[in-house]
Amino acid sequence: MQEAGRRIQEEIIISGFGGQGALFAGQLLAYAAMDQGLHVTWIPSYGPEMRGGKARCTVVISDEEIGSPLVRRPSAAIVLNIPSMEAFEPAVKPGGILVVNSSLVPQKSERDDIHVIYVPASDIASDLGNVRLANVVCLGALIQALGVIPLEAIERALDDHLPERHRKLLGLNKEALRKGAEYGEH
Amino acid sequence: MAKELWEGNAAIAEAAIRAGVEAFFGYPITPQTEVLEHFSKRLPELGRVFLQAESEVASINMVYGAACAGARVMTSSSSPGISLMQEGLSYIACSEVPVVVINIMRGGPGLGNVQPSQGDYFQAVKMAGHGDFHPIVLAPANVQEAIDYVVLAFDLAEKYRTIAMVVADGAIGQMMEPAEMPPMRPVRPPEERPDWALTGAQGREPNIITSLYLGAENLERVNLRLQAKLKEIAANEVRWKEYSTEDADLLLVAFGTVGRVCQTVVREARKAGMKVGLLRPVTLWPFPSGRIAELAEQVRGVLTVEMNAGQMVEDVRLAVEGRCPVRFYGRMGGVIPLPDEILPELEKLDKEC
Amino acid sequence: MATVEIPEDMELVFKYPESLTERHTHYCPGCTHGIIHRLIAEVIDELGVRERTIGIAPVGCSVLAYYYFNMDFAEAAHGRAPAMATGIKRVSPDRVVFTYQGDGDLAAIGTAEIIHAANRGELITTIFVNNAIYGMTGGQMAPTTLPGQVTTSSPTGRDVETAGWPMHMAELIGILPGAAYVTRQAVLDVPGIRRTKKAIKLAFQTQLAGLGFSMVEVLSTCNTNWHMGPVEALEWAKEHMVSYYPLGDTKMTDEVRALKEGK
Repeated sequence: MQEAGRRIQEEIIISGFGGQGALFAGQLLAYAAMDQGLHVTWIPSYGPEMRGGKARCTVVISDEEIGSPLVRRPSAAIVLNIPSMEAFEPAVKPGGILVVNSSLVPQKSERDDIHVIYVPASDIASDLGNVRLANVVCLGALIQALGVIPLEAIERALDDHLPERHRKLLGLNKEALRKGAEYGEH
Repeated sequence: MAKELWEGNAAIAEAAIRAGVEAFFGYPITPQTEVLEHFSKRLPELGRVFLQAESEVASINMVYGAACAGARVMTSSSSPGISLMQEGLSYIACSEVPVVVINIMRGGPGLGNVQPSQGDYFQAVKMAGHGDFHPIVLAPANVQEAIDYVVLAFDLAEKYRTIAMVVADGAIGQMMEPAEMPPMRPVRPPEERPDWALTGAQGREPNIITSLYLGAENLERVNLRLQAKLKEIAANEVRWKEYSTEDADLLLVAFGTVGRVCQTVVREARKAGMKVGLLRPVTLWPFPSGRIAELAEQVRGVLTVEMNAGQMVEDVRLAVEGRCPVRFYGRMGGVIPLPDEILPELEKLDKEC
Repeated sequence: MATVEIPEDMELVFKYPESLTERHTHYCPGCTHGIIHRLIAEVIDELGVRERTIGIAPVGCSVLAYYYFNMDFAEAAHGRAPAMATGIKRVSPDRVVFTYQGDGDLAAIGTAEIIHAANRGELITTIFVNNAIYGMTGGQMAPTTLPGQVTTSSPTGRDVETAGWPMHMAELIGILPGAAYVTRQAVLDVPGIRRTKKAIKLAFQTQLAGLGFSMVEVLSTCNTNWHMGPVEALEWAKEHMVSYYPLGDTKMTDEVRALKEGK
C-alpha cells in the first residue's frame, strides 16, 4: 500500500464517552494492522469510569519494534465528543489528521497545519439504524485518509472480531465503514 | 503458531495455562482482574482448579497449600494485594515450595490509584516479606515477554524450589499487542508430584513442610542453605536486554513499560546525534550488576528512568560503584514518562559528563 | 516401640495408634492436647486413611503437632490453616485433609479463613481446641476467654464492654450452608472423651463421604495458664466453660445424620 522505502509510524488516539465504542474502533485498527504484518500496540486509558465516563485508546502502528505505546502528540486522532475535541485537537502533530464527529462536536478547528475531516458520524449511524456505529463511521474516514491500512483489512477484522452479541450488526458495521470512508477521500 | 492480538492480563493467564498450571487462587483487584477472569473461564473448562478466595491473605495461603501438595500453582494481584500476601510469601520462601506470583503494579502508597506504576520495586526485590529472602523477579516490557516470562517463572520456581514473581504494571496488563502463545504443555499427573510433596505417607516416612526452626543454630543452618541457593540463582539466572550499547557513551537503564519507552528515547537521541544505549533489566532480582559495571567503564554517565521516586537507581549505583555519574528521572502516581521529557534529562547528562 | 509377642490365650485390647509417633510431647503435664491428638490418631487408624491423610498444624501450643502425628503435615501461618487446607484439598481431592487449630488461631486471627472455608463447604475437617486462653504466648486473653476471666492481658478480668464478648464458633459456623457437621464436645471426663472421639470420627466420615465441611470444637483446659492443678482445671472448665459454651451439635445435615445412623 505504501511507496517503497517509506517508513510507517502512526500514533492514533481515539477518544469519546464510554459506550461510544472508542476502544473497539481502536481494536479493529490493531487487528487490521497486525494482519498487515505490522507492529502494533493498543493501550486504553483505564480507570473506575464505566459507561458514560471517558474512554480513550492509543494505537501505535509501525514497521519496526514499538518502543513507547503512548504519545503526547499523535499523528492522528478521532474525537467522538466535545471534551475529546478540546483535549486532542491541539495535540495532533503538524501534518496529522483529525477526524471530528461533527454530529456531536459543533466547533471547528482553527488549525491550518493539520488535515481536519468533519464527519456527521452519529447522524450517519442513526440513519443506518444504530447510533452506536458512529465509531466505525469515523474509523472509515480515518483509514481512507491515512492510507496505511486498506479498508478491506478493517472489514476482515470485523468479520473475525465483532463480538458474538453484535454479530447481527456485521453488515451495518461494514456499511458504516464505507460511508465514513467517503469522507476520508482527499 | 501465528501471532494473535493479546491483552497483557489475559495473555499472562493463558501463558500459565500453556505452562501447565494446575490451580489458581486469587482475589479481584484492578488493574489485574482480567488475569483472574481469564482463569475463571479457562481452568474449569480444562478440569483444573480455579478459586476466588475471600482475600489475598487467603489466596496466598491456598497457593502455599497447593504448592506443598506438589501442584503447579500460582496467584496474581496488584500492589495492595501483594502487601497482604507478604506474610504467606515469607512462609513459602522458608518452606522452599515453588510458587509463581504476578504483580500488575499500580500507583501507591496506600490505596493509591489503578494507574501503571513501578512503586513496588523495593517490595519485590528487597523485601517481599519478613526475613532474609529474595524471589526471582522477572520484568516484562511487552505482551510477548509477559507470556514468555510467565512460562520461565514456572521453570525457575520449580528448578530452585523458590518464588518467581513476574512484575508488570497496569499498562502492560491492559495493553494489546500481537504475540505468540507457546504450545500447551501436558499437566503433570498427581502420581508424578515431587517426592518432598505432601501426598500422603504411603510406603514412606511422613513429609513435613514447615518454616518453624526452634534454636538459633538450627534456623541459621536453614538460612545458610537458603543463601547458598540464592547465590546459585544469582550466578545462573541474571537476564537483561541491550539496545545500541556497542558504541554508546551514555547509558539509559530502565525496566518494564518505561524500559520500552526508553527504546524510543534511544532512537530519537541517536537521531539528535547522542550516542545513547539502553540496558533493560529482565531479572530485577538477580540484578544485572555485572553488566552494568562493565558498561559503566565504557560510558560517561548513566540515566536511570523509573515510574517511581527512584528505587532501582540504588541498585544501579551499587553496580556502577562511582565509575561514572548516575542520574535519575522518574514519575509517580501512575504517570508514564514519555520520550519528550526523558530526552532533556539525557541532554543534561550529556553536558554534565 | 518394642514388639511384644501376644500369647495365644490373650487378646490385644489397647495399643499405641499407628497414626501417632512415639515422640514425647512438649505439652505441659495435665494438658488435654495429648488426649485430642490420640483421639484423632485412633480415628484415622480405624478409618484406615493414615497413608492418605495430610494434617495442618496451627500457630499456638500445638504448633509442633507434626512431630506427634505419623503422617504428612504442613505448618501454617497463624490462622491460615483452613486456606492451606483448601489449597491442598483442591489439588488432591482424594486425600483426607484436616486442620488442628486453637482458639486464637481459629477464632481471632483466622476468623475469615475458617468462616469462608466452612461456607464454601470445603471437604476438610477442622479440630478446634478451645481452652479460653492463649497458651503458647503465656496466658493472654483469647477470643473465647470468659467474661471476667483473668488473663495476663485482662488482669482485672475480661471486661466485655471494652474487650467484646467470647466467640461462639460452633454456633457461628453451624449456620453456614457449606458446613455439614459442626459440634461442640469436651474432653473433661471419660464420657466426654468417648463422645469427642465419636464426633471426630463422624467429622472425618463426613469428609470421606464428600458431604461438606466438618468441625469439632473441643472444650479443653490450660491448667498452667489458668494457674490450677490438672484436676482443678477440669472441674473449673466443667463448671464455667460448659455452661457458657453448650455441648452438642450445632449442625448436622440429613446426609450426615444418615451416615451416623448407618443408613
